[in-house]
Amino acid sequence: MGRIWIRGGRLLDPASGCDEVGDLLVEDGRIVAVGAGLEAGDGDVIDAKGRWVAPGFVDLHVHLREPGEEYKEDIASGGRAGVAGGFTALVCMANTHPINDDPSVTEYILDRARQESPARVYPVAAATRGLAGEVMTEMVALFEAGVVAFSDDGKTIMDSNVMRRVLEYSGLVRVPIITHAEDRTLVCDGVVNEGAVSTRLGLPGNPAVAEVVHVARDLLLAELSGAHLHVAHVSTAGAVALIRAARERGVHVTAEVTPHHLTLLDEAALGYDTNTKMAPPLRGSSDVEACRAGIADGTIDAIATDHAPHAVHEKDVEFTAAPPGVIGLETAVPVTLDLVRQEQLSPLEWVRRLSTNPTRIIGRPGGSLAVGAAADLVLIDPDRHWIYDPAKGYSKSRNSPWAGREMIGRATVTIVGGRLVYDVDRGVLVP
Amino acid sequence: MTGRDLLAIEDLDRSELERILETSLRMEEVGRRDVKKVPTLRGRTLINLFFEPSTRTRTSFEIAGKRLSADVVNFSPSSSSLTKAEGILDTAMTLDAMDPDAVVVRHKVAGVPKRIADALDAPVINAGDGAHEHPTQALLDLFTVWQEKGRIDGLTVTIIGDILHSRVARSNLYAFSKLGAEVRLAAPPTMLPPAVESLGVKAYTSLREALEGADVVMLLRIQQERLAGCFFPSIREYATAFGLDRRKLRFAKDDAIVMHPGPINRGVEIAHDLADQRPSVILDQVRNGVAVRMAVLYLCAGRTPRGGVRREGS
Ligand SMILES: [Zn+2]
Repeated sequence: MGRIWIRGGRLLDPASGCDEVGDLLVEDGRIVAVGAGLEAGDGDVIDAKGRWVAPGFVDLHVHLREPGEEYKEDIASGGRAGVAGGFTALVCMANTHPINDDPSVTEYILDRARQESPARVYPVAAATRGLAGEVMTEMVALFEAGVVAFSDDGKTIMDSNVMRRVLEYSGLVRVPIITHAEDRTLVCDGVVNEGAVSTRLGLPGNPAVAEVVHVARDLLLAELSGAHLHVAHVSTAGAVALIRAARERGVHVTAEVTPHHLTLLDEAALGYDTNTKMAPPLRGSSDVEACRAGIADGTIDAIATDHAPHAVHEKDVEFTAAPPGVIGLETAVPVTLDLVRQEQLSPLEWVRRLSTNPTRIIGRPGGSLAVGAAADLVLIDPDRHWIYDPAKGYSKSRNSPWAGREMIGRATVTIVGGRLVYDVDRGVLVP
Repeated sequence: MTGRDLLAIEDLDRSELERILETSLRMEEVGRRDVKKVPTLRGRTLINLFFEPSTRTRTSFEIAGKRLSADVVNFSPSSSSLTKAEGILDTAMTLDAMDPDAVVVRHKVAGVPKRIADALDAPVINAGDGAHEHPTQALLDLFTVWQEKGRIDGLTVTIIGDILHSRVARSNLYAFSKLGAEVRLAAPPTMLPPAVESLGVKAYTSLREALEGADVVMLLRIQQERLAGCFFPSIREYATAFGLDRRKLRFAKDDAIVMHPGPINRGVEIAHDLADQRPSVILDQVRNGVAVRMAVLYLCAGRTPRGGVRREGS
């Protein structure tokens, strides 16, 4: 595997608080030296002048679609899209076909990832069998097979007693229960944020309160059980406030927010573009401001993409019939750098929310530039201007609300386990 | 109008609305002749693409097209035969390949006419999409009121009923407020759309207050099957609180007119004896529908021959 010498970059290590220009030496898959003016030796040299050097990003919320919907994405294409976007590890949701509610599916995913994916892949198992919200999965067996969390994401566990038991039982394996918090009875047939936008479009509204009610319930159940609750894709001011208050009283809760909920308004749907249809939906400006404040003050721990590939023909239908979700792996860096440019996050805190915090939430190594740590690294050019064209990306799908937009900032180099897997000029290099 | 499409009243400005009204006046004159036909659109093909059945609106467009000498083709794919694989855009593209000069689209989901317009060369006229808009209904309502009152500016228009699910209400609130009328909406709180006052109208839950001083009272059809039990407790309670009869109408101005886009539920949103005679103008609305649709077809499909000036992509 050899040595890689990364020279003259701005080293950003949230784990130590380090933010200074220096060199970093990688050998045999690990970081072996960090500091100013390291002596050159053999091996590849990467000139990192003008670049940020950070521990690799970890996306807590990805739909890789394999097994079962490989026409949308598979572990290989999703892994390539991940490293091209600066992610060295992807946490993949259980709503595949078959559903990841059985250790054989988990093993299949991990096996495929070892063979095909340049990024590390950490599977999430279903919390209930068949994502039906009724009978909990064999959590111990799934945990031993390698899952890092449990979630019925895409669906919501509506039965409060089932959710209570899932949270309690997770005490045996001590991994997070990830909630997709939308009260289905309040969502009803809603497809866009309820408010002026749903009124103007004449489309059924999905009210913010559907999320807030559900987050309130799950926080109370997490408090009762002492379990680790992770709230996926927070989109409302109400949910941010509840999470903040719960953490203050000691509830074990973590949370994530997507790039789209941080930067796009519900008004983006005014042209009926189905690539602006997400679950939860894009919200109004007060919710977006609250999410930005929540990620800035640490109430929301992580940025996660909810990368949800869908084929063109699936999105090219009536707004109500289109599946919700957008791809996000290859745009997360430039889109969320907006918070750095607006000075809501320092570069170091931005890296913490993309790397250090997500690794802690799933209890996996990473998120650090310490000597001895696995060499999962990303180089960021924060000023690079480029036009995003999903057709030229690595994802098999194109359902992005940012298609054709000018982007500022890009991952230029990605290293996983000491191996150079992506270079912006040469593309994805392995496998 | 956006290029040559007519997708939403929200997109139009005052002068465009006035132009349609004036053109409608000329078309109305055609309807009063012995031979109700002019050669304006001879050789042009008009397709009525109705994904959702509506005999009234389709027939009105058909008569309007024929009075302008257009060849009118009705195409009504039943939504059940439309599988996901042969979606709305495929259907529209197939029709577009037959080179129509205008396509009139009705669909039960908001936004479909817009998506079709984005994909087609031919001008697209929205004949009603979900709870979004029904522009020609609002135009014929405007025209009817203009003929009755001689003006729109300064009038008070009260729209009563299921505003939440009504494309007629949305198109009308834009149409009347753009021409200077005060628009009021009256409904139980469950049937008022969220943030609807951000559209420049006033929302009321008291029918009496909403009717006070109104020049025009517009009723909306209650879809009994869909609504009862979730949005209001029973038809009887709705009819009692929001159904219009002569007694409640007394809160409005003495010369107020009563309108309804039809088909009406007698005894629900409107009392039986109010539906058929003055001050109700329901049949005038139907009659004016043809003239207004002739005007719209003329303005959308008649100005440049196909293959002439292409509309800007939007
Ligand atoms: Zn979700």
